[in-house]
Amino acid sequence: MVGISSYGTYIPKFRLGKETLGWNSNYERSVANFDEDSVTMGVAAARVCLKGHDTYDIDGLIFATTTSPYVEKQCSAIIATALDLRRDILTSDLTDGLRAGTNALRAAMDSVTAGSAKKILVVVSDNRQGPPRGEIERNSGDGSVAILISNEPTVAQLIGTHSISDNLIDNWRSTGDVFVRSWEDRFATEEGLERITGEALDGFWNKFSLKPEDISKVALSAPDARKHTRLSQLLGFEKSQIEDHLFGEMGNTGAAFPLMLLCQSLEDSIKHQKCLLIAYGDGCDIISFETRAPANTADEQIDSLKKHLKSKNILTNYEIFARWRDIWQQDDAARRPSPNSPSVTAMWREEEKNLRFHGVQCEHCQYIQYPPQQVCVNCRSRGKGTPVPLSRRTGSVFTYSMDYIAGTTDTPLVIAVVDFDGGGRVLCMLTDREIDEVKIGMPVEMSFRKLRVVNGIHNYYWKAIPQRFETT
Amino acid sequence: MNGIKDRVAIIGMGCTKFGERWDASAADLMIEAAYEAFDDAQLDPKDIQAAWLGTVSSFRTGQPLAEALKLDYIPITRVENACATATDAFRNACYAVAAGIYDIALAVGVEKLKDSGFSGLAIPESPGADVNPPTPPPAQFAMAATRYFHQYGIPYEDGKRTLAQIAQKNHHNGSLNPRAHFQREISVDQVVDAPMIAWPLGLFDCCGVSDGGAAAIITTPEIAKSFRQDYILVKGLGLSVGAFGMIRDDWDFTHFPESVHASQSAYQEAGISDPLQDIDLAMVHDCFTITELIIYEDLGFSSRGNASRDVEQGTFSLEGDLPVNTDGGLKCFGHPIGASGIRMIYEVYKQLQGKAERRQLQKADIGLTHNLGGRPGSFTCSVGIFGRA
Repeated sequence: MVGISSYGTYIPKFRLGKETLGWNSNYERSVANFDEDSVTMGVAAARVCLKGHDTYDIDGLIFATTTSPYVEKQCSAIIATALDLRRDILTSDLTDGLRAGTNALRAAMDSVTAGSAKKILVVVSDNRQGPPRGEIERNSGDGSVAILISNEPTVAQLIGTHSISDNLIDNWRSTGDVFVRSWEDRFATEEGLERITGEALDGFWNKFSLKPEDISKVALSAPDARKHTRLSQLLGFEKSQIEDHLFGEMGNTGAAFPLMLLCQSLEDSIKHQKCLLIAYGDGCDIISFETRAPANTADEQIDSLKKHLKSKNILTNYEIFARWRDIWQQDDAARRPSPNSPSVTAMWREEEKNLRFHGVQCEHCQYIQYPPQQVCVNCRSRGKGTPVPLSRRTGSVFTYSMDYIAGTTDTPLVIAVVDFDGGGRVLCMLTDREIDEVKIGMPVEMSFRKLRVVNGIHNYYWKAIPQRFETT
Repeated sequence: MNGIKDRVAIIGMGCTKFGERWDASAADLMIEAAYEAFDDAQLDPKDIQAAWLGTVSSFRTGQPLAEALKLDYIPITRVENACATATDAFRNACYAVAAGIYDIALAVGVEKLKDSGFSGLAIPESPGADVNPPTPPPAQFAMAATRYFHQYGIPYEDGKRTLAQIAQKNHHNGSLNPRAHFQREISVDQVVDAPMIAWPLGLFDCCGVSDGGAAAIITTPEIAKSFRQDYILVKGLGLSVGAFGMIRDDWDFTHFPESVHASQSAYQEAGISDPLQDIDLAMVHDCFTITELIIYEDLGFSSRGNASRDVEQGTFSLEGDLPVNTDGGLKCFGHPIGASGIRMIYEVYKQLQGKAERRQLQKADIGLTHNLGGRPGSFTCSVGIFGRA
């Protein structure tokens, strides 16, 4: 038996919306902060998915995206490290197509079915960029999803899959391209999206002797709201069967999009419902699950997709977004000295501290200290200490400053001294913050973020963020 | 332990005009400072037997001092200890003379910061994983201000005014000093209303980034007598290096333990029991206004939490009980990092000799200098105490 034993979604805190000057649309879409990318958002979704789960029995991690920060260098290895997973696991990146997410899901389920793994974490994340102020930019969103595939599927069990491959070119982005390109809209819709999805679905019905009315919820990918509505009608579904497309709130999150809609179905599901996942792009993947147990309803789950949707800040103007996306070049009038390349050797040596975010607890006096110390800061005894994972600890701001000249994208840069609940202190940046909310004593949690890219090296580390969801 | 008290004397000092010295290289600044000291002591440079050069980023070795002054074949060591660099170069020279290794030693501090094209501090760092947050000095010290206001329940507006009074005082003092980087007085309102640099610190809460050099000639008290009668004696030197960084979660951010330790050891050496009574003037490390406020308490000039009240009462002004930063301080005199410590000693030396011109204090028998290098949590602090023969 194979299926889903846990899932989690992540939608960044920021939106372009009708209040955004220069956005010129009533639609909202989600926007990754300047220090987020597909890797960091993937880590965030995975942390939601794995909350309360042991990670020692995860045998593999597949990362799927069309917006990998690296062309040569595995991102699943970064994510697995940030999640503090075991070393003897199979990590794999699956990139370059909008079906990367469902491809990853299929690969994971095939491995579990074949018995080569018991649990595989699928992490899908995208922050695609269309030409500025164009249709793709308007209808896209940034977001991520993580699904734990397991041989003990407590959430939903696989019914079956059906895929077809088709080489039609409707959207593409070549090496070195900044923006997603697209071919004539009506051709792409009629000969691509509608014909190919219809063909795939027919194949699925025949293969499993099912019909549209057997399905409770359909997670359907489409490039925009209008095409989504038209496609669902063409495929023979009632409006009530179609999972909310989230255009106008989140937007199409690329490879993660259909899987995020599936998670939305799972959040609302009751026992023994059949869910359908339809992903389009260079062909079509169809995957069907039957829910096994009522999941926590969205209202109960503190970090559900619906809670993520509601937790938002709308950007005041489009220029902020353009700067975050690096499509608005800024003059460095400060003539700040260019940063040196981070030392890969030091990054490797400090991986426990920087990516796994381990402090240590002194074996003699139990004092918790970050960064890990060989000689205890409290009792001065020498020893390795016991590693203390700090990334999931909450804390509060002991003191802070707001720097207007540090030369960061989000001026002012908030530097905070954070005291962890249960001991330990770290000096870190505070991101996803509203200036007015920052104060001493503010509850915070840690979030995996990208510091900067120098020498082509994406340097990731942890920052504090104001606690996003009420924990009560 | 014998300590340094009365074992070495300063017989000559020099200090360049601090500021944006577009005209001068680091070597030019060293020559300007050193030759003023030679002239002041009426000493032939050939009589220097050893030298220490303090600089943070202008030179890597002691050799540029040899080349600039043509100090052929004598031992020269470069010293670097963050903002305590110059005082530590001075301290090494003192100890070598006190140990009887040399009769006459030279300490020079210099920094050339204004060639980088960048308005802030541009000091190269060693290769690393580079994950620490970018924390320019203002952001570091601003965290102390935030916490200080919080701990003592000081409303933001009141705290800003107290800090502004410190900046205003130092600019007033500096305006009386032709060698200071800045020559203008500023008002409290100007300081409060200045653009924000690192909240809650504004532009005028921050010291200047300057070029400059300073020099001191050190010898034994016996030899000093053959040069001049008004030589100045070293009474105590303290150096304290912090070890806990940001790691200890019980540190309050409102006091700097390194300042406490360095001053206590210098007080003990010098025999000072009541700093407010015993010390007549102090040059302290006012890299930011909040730093000077906290220093008042760390050095025992004010009791904990009461420095604001003492600022209000004018305790540290030129006319107050204990004038602080009579030459303008880092705030107004400027802060060429590797030179600042000896610049402070220069002002104490001149005040003790009665040669401080318009800033001259009526009573100037015992003076103190204080440097704070590094960042809150991991400071290198040096304190010097000086007296007349």
